[in-house]
Amino acid sequence: MSTDQKNKINLVVNSESKPYWEGAAKGQLLIRTCNACGKAHYYPRTICPLCFSEDTAFVEASGNGVIYSYSVTRQAKPPYVIAYVTLDEGVSMLTNIVDCEIDKIHIGQKVRVKFSEAGDGYALPVFTSA
Amino acid sequence: MGINGKAYIVGIYEHPCRAALDKTLPQLHAEIAKGALADAGLSKEDVDGYFCAGDAPGLGPINMIEYMGLNNVRHMDSTETGGSSYIVHVNHAAQAIAAGHCNVALITLAGRPVADAKEGKPVRYYNQQAPDFSFEMPYGPNVTNMYAMCAMRHMHEYGTTSEQLAWIKVAASHHAQYNEHARLRDVVTVEDVVNSPMIADPLHRLDCCVITDGGGGIVMVSPEVAKSLKRTRVKVLGAGEAPKHLAAGQVDLTYSGARWSGPKAFSEAGVTTADIKYASIYDSFTITVLETLEDLGFCKKGEGGKFVSDGNLISGVGKLPFNTDGGGLCNNHPGNRGGMTKVLEAVRQVRGEAHPKVQVRNCDIALAHGTGGLLGSRMGSATVILGNEDA
Repeated sequence: MSTDQKNKINLVVNSESKPYWEGAAKGQLLIRTCNACGKAHYYPRTICPLCFSEDTAFVEASGNGVIYSYSVTRQAKPPYVIAYVTLDEGVSMLTNIVDCEIDKIHIGQKVRVKFSEAGDGYALPVFTSA
Repeated sequence: MGINGKAYIVGIYEHPCRAALDKTLPQLHAEIAKGALADAGLSKEDVDGYFCAGDAPGLGPINMIEYMGLNNVRHMDSTETGGSSYIVHVNHAAQAIAAGHCNVALITLAGRPVADAKEGKPVRYYNQQAPDFSFEMPYGPNVTNMYAMCAMRHMHEYGTTSEQLAWIKVAASHHAQYNEHARLRDVVTVEDVVNSPMIADPLHRLDCCVITDGGGGIVMVSPEVAKSLKRTRVKVLGAGEAPKHLAAGQVDLTYSGARWSGPKAFSEAGVTTADIKYASIYDSFTITVLETLEDLGFCKKGEGGKFVSDGNLISGVGKLPFNTDGGGLCNNHPGNRGGMTKVLEAVRQVRGEAHPKVQVRNCDIALAHGTGGLLGSRMGSATVILGNEDA
């Protein structure tokens, strides 16, 4: 089933997301926070989706989180794990769990960010067992 | 201004084909329009409102109105919320009719994913300009694994089991055996479902809906026009629509937008879950049904697994007959969009024209609900409540 395969995606890097992807290329996971309401959000936006302030900035996340939910796409070759990871900073992000024994992955598992090559010098934040 | 009693469904049509190798997409729309208007006893010249969604080619209403030769359209709507669009359209058509913007509204859906795949046409690609694109697509989300994560979390929080989810498919299959057009007509057991191949944990192949071509159409009219027609009319009692999304990273996959669209529809209709004799529930996957039933209030949050078990959704057996046409799980999911067929079977039930083996007795009030987009990220939810003339 070709639709189950994980296809290579070319990132769309634009003025709003460029710092995020440049950070990832340097091994940093950046999240956007709002100086007006003090809250982090994900994915990063210029105008805070929580309070609509324009006073937002990227900050480096700890890179630690826990698995909120996950699924193994069994029909893909090789199978891969998609997940939402809740970062210590309180936001959840879609990602992959890598370099783990697939059948031991579980909700609540502590994970740590790492970066996989994403083409054009960019990198993709993924997570592995902490 | 509410819509309760302001508009009626007087014509429906479900295309009988499930693979449309010899038909074009606009042709399917036109065949469906013809079928729905014939059912209503109206002609294309009567149509003064036209509604379609993202499945319609080109600029949607503009191209389709030209192709079909609809000469008298004065109200158009191309609201796109994925598979729930057509339930939103029922709401919007009722609003437009109530406001006097049109008197005869036509809604069409068509799709040919089976034929497109056989012809080697590329799968429709998610819009690269969507702001979430690069933050999600590189991780390999697909329809199945994004719903699977909802099931995984629901199981974690509430102890829901694969066997409980399987009961939803079992009920759909019991109904589909009587539908001569259903894509899958074999009755399956809980064991069949949980022993079918794992697609994306914890969803098995039989937790997933079918992929089919075809489509469907609806004709809605003002009360005055409805009274002039011979066809049994079905009253729109209430409707609700709501977006749900990832909330800036405060992700909760255990509920759907039905949490908000449902109460609005019930309130407008002036009824409660206890009044619903039949429910069409969007069933892209078994988990979609389970979360929706909880969110609509048919049972408490977390108790969906228990609610759907032991045949409770089977007509003539359980307390809440659902998807008596076989639903998307067994009958039809045309163009990967199941909202239209949900309305069609609810109309058949209120008319008393469902298959005799699955017709609910005294079905005066029915509900149809759609979930468009992805339960695992962002969706458009829509609920409509329909009734007979006395409801």
